[in-house]
Amino acid sequence: MATITTLAPRTRRGVELVLLVGAVAIVLVAYASTGLATKGTLPPSLLAYGGGLVLLTGAVHVTLRLRAAYADPVLLPIATLLNGLGLVMIHRLDDAEKRTTAEAFAPRQLVWMALGVTLAVTILWVLRDHRRLQRYTYTAMAAGLVLLLLPLLPLLGKNINGSRIWIRLGPLSFQPGEIAKLCLAVFFAGYLVQTRDALSLVGRRVLGLSLPRARDLGPIIVAWLASLGVLVFERDLGSSLLFFGLFVAMLYVATERKSWIAIGLALFVAGSYVAYLLFSHVQARVLLWLHPFSQQALDISTQLVLGLYGMANGGLLGTGLGRGRPDLTPFAESDYIVPSFGEELGLFGLFALLLLYLVLVERGLRTALGVRDGFGKLLATGLAFAVALQCFVVVGGVTRVIPLTGLTMPFLSYGGSSLVANWAIIGLLLRISDQARRPPPAVEPTSFTQTGDAALTQVVKLR
Amino acid sequence: MNAPIRRLSAVVALLFASLLISSTSISFVQAASLRDQPGNRRTLLENYARERGPILVAGAPVARSTASKDELRYQRRYTDGKLYAPLTGYYSFVYGAGSGVERTQDSLLSGSSDQLFYRRMVDLVTGRAPQGASVELTVLPAAQRAADAALGSQKGAVVALDPRTGAILALVSHPTYDPGVLAGHDLGAVQKAYEGLLNDPDDPLVDRAVAGDLYPPGSTFKLVTAAAALSTGRYTETSELPGPARLDLPQTSATLPNDFAGACGPNDKVTLLRALQISCNTAFGSLGITLGGDAIRAQAAKFGFGERLRVPMSVTPSTVPQGMNAPQAAQAAIGQSDVRVTPLQMAMVSAGIANGGRVMTPYAVKTVRGPDLSVIEKASPQELSRAVTPEVAAALTRMMQAVVTDGTGTRAQIPGVDVAGKSGTAQQGNGQPPHAWFTAFAPAGDPQVAVAVVIEDGGTAGNEALGGRLAAPIAKAVMQAVLRR
Repeated sequence: MATITTLAPRTRRGVELVLLVGAVAIVLVAYASTGLATKGTLPPSLLAYGGGLVLLTGAVHVTLRLRAAYADPVLLPIATLLNGLGLVMIHRLDDAEKRTTAEAFAPRQLVWMALGVTLAVTILWVLRDHRRLQRYTYTAMAAGLVLLLLPLLPLLGKNINGSRIWIRLGPLSFQPGEIAKLCLAVFFAGYLVQTRDALSLVGRRVLGLSLPRARDLGPIIVAWLASLGVLVFERDLGSSLLFFGLFVAMLYVATERKSWIAIGLALFVAGSYVAYLLFSHVQARVLLWLHPFSQQALDISTQLVLGLYGMANGGLLGTGLGRGRPDLTPFAESDYIVPSFGEELGLFGLFALLLLYLVLVERGLRTALGVRDGFGKLLATGLAFAVALQCFVVVGGVTRVIPLTGLTMPFLSYGGSSLVANWAIIGLLLRISDQARRPPPAVEPTSFTQTGDAALTQVVKLR
Repeated sequence: MNAPIRRLSAVVALLFASLLISSTSISFVQAASLRDQPGNRRTLLENYARERGPILVAGAPVARSTASKDELRYQRRYTDGKLYAPLTGYYSFVYGAGSGVERTQDSLLSGSSDQLFYRRMVDLVTGRAPQGASVELTVLPAAQRAADAALGSQKGAVVALDPRTGAILALVSHPTYDPGVLAGHDLGAVQKAYEGLLNDPDDPLVDRAVAGDLYPPGSTFKLVTAAAALSTGRYTETSELPGPARLDLPQTSATLPNDFAGACGPNDKVTLLRALQISCNTAFGSLGITLGGDAIRAQAAKFGFGERLRVPMSVTPSTVPQGMNAPQAAQAAIGQSDVRVTPLQMAMVSAGIANGGRVMTPYAVKTVRGPDLSVIEKASPQELSRAVTPEVAAALTRMMQAVVTDGTGTRAQIPGVDVAGKSGTAQQGNGQPPHAWFTAFAPAGDPQVAVAVVIEDGGTAGNEALGGRLAAPIAKAVMQAVLRR
């Protein structure tokens, strides 16, 4: 308790404002230089995009000043910078592909950003205390499962690029899995806070690992089967890996038992191997991963190779924004936006982007360390780790660390569902970080009056 | 729960570290090799954005890049494309720089070679559009045209060398193709044309002169056997050899027949000169048995067999098998068994004899000039090997002259010029008609051109006069074209 109270004597909103101005400035310079490189003039839409960015990000900043004054000052500027740079690249690719105003992706991405920011602001206004979410643990579970299964419904579901992870409602298509990620993080956090004692204390020690009882294996088996289901029926390797990894990480944090990691990894390896043996689409991914230049692999897809060429073309310093040919790679604005940046900003630019993500994630985990209730700790850990894992799956896929799976890069990639979900994550993390950094007197009365449960958890937590 | 969160954040740091390492590996460590991967469109586009240097023959471009209005900015155009295709190769946006000088000198033509580094730096500073170097070939248009016309619609190849330098004066491979079709910017049409060429059973894309399937040389290889014999010092032109109608091969019940009826001379005896003149198989077969396979192989190596030459197109090494027994040596001595050659190699044999026994390294690129016309590379004639002594070379020249004046090669005669030559007919064994060969040089007293001609599947089996009848006139036409200049 003592360390926590000394953490946040100041609100740091001023720091956030300075960082925000910097982030918006970087985005505007990038936008202008792209226009200068491709057309030789400043893009006329510079004011529209710049204005939109300032307006949206300013709204969050003002909300924070009013409703969450002690929130982490780094999260919002990083999210703004990444989202803004993503817009620049998407706009640049719109130009390269000669998309008309009606077809262009960048304006739509800006609309999605507005929606995402609105959601984050709503979260900050409506959700005064993140512990309220704990009440909806099982609602979140149900919502998460429904969202996951939705694409399998015959009328709604839609196969895009071999994966059945989309739903279509009129003109809008949506990847419900992105929102499911949020619901499941809430569910895992609520569920694990309740059951962590049983999962962590009972069991025997074998070979230095304290193993859980057989019946306590239930939840992890269910999570495993669910993620295998996603893999098999929706053909979505990325989401499958993401959900299972998220669950195992949160389980480990809740129980402090390393054996869960061992069990989780064993299940993951076994599941992947069986999936590899049974399903040709998994085999194809592995072939593309290990031998991308083989004729067999090239017959399936040249995308990975084209991405590698793009990054190689960028080299250390990159071609400069607007001067490379990222449009040669399919999905250059969504799954392959990282190689697109690698090509135009070079290895150094890529490092900068990855470090931004790393800082974002570590700030999230720092929030988890600082917040006082178990639910908040687990939720912040889960949300931050989900972002980290997603980055790893995406960038690891395009740089051949792991097989390519097809997820979007948080904030950068074109994709509405992903962008909205990630802004919601930022909203939640900001809310939790406000609780974490707020001096105790200000928060104590409300928390005690509101939920008896939370107070109880607090006692358990103070070891 | 704080301890596992801290550990988890270490795991996150590790995950990101692996991403930093993997992206470094791609963008920095493997970058150069990825950029050079065939079919990398980004590299191609970059090359297309630069004016590619021309390929010149006798000062006139046979391949040059002209500005085009589309995305690729430059269009590669070929003058007399079909005529020079085996030399130029093609430069296609879809298939890259394929075969020929376009491929071997790609970095110079495209301007990305390290030899142009200084120039590129200057261009970068001054803002001048970078340009590729120009490559001038050694080919004589007259000789190239004569060879192309004489070969006509027949499948085969012609190579002409300057025996004194090794410069390639003509290099023709039929059937040929038009590289201009592959250089088009209509990608669909290019793809269709390429598939058509690739699936053509006659393999027009293969440069038969240097890099096709190797041919059995037939009787033209008797020059190598004769050189081996004379080089031992135990034989002269007038040495008597056994020349029966059929030669008994030791260790087997098989016999080696002549290609004509009867013995090579009275009492089954024949001189070495006469044996070459009438292409007597039995005499050379017995010579092969006496000399042994290794001696023939060693002599062949001195003419360049087994060398991995780049002219600059890479030349498939010609081969004589190792460790032959007596019957195999007899077969090899007349160019059968598993002796396999390129037309270029047979031209080098003639050129070596013409040049007093010294074989010059063949080359097709005369000069490479930077965009400012400064010379970047200039070919200097180099001796590849000494195949035979000048005395042996002189004896072989006299024997080859006899072939042309009154032997199997009379059709190669040029009025007023002493021509030395040797015909050949190579059995293929699998029931296909034989290949017709002729190799020659002229003038015998002051050699200026050496030539080798092969015509595939030339006629009916067993006709030894075939090489002399079909191939000799082509050799004659090429030599005339060179000498008349």
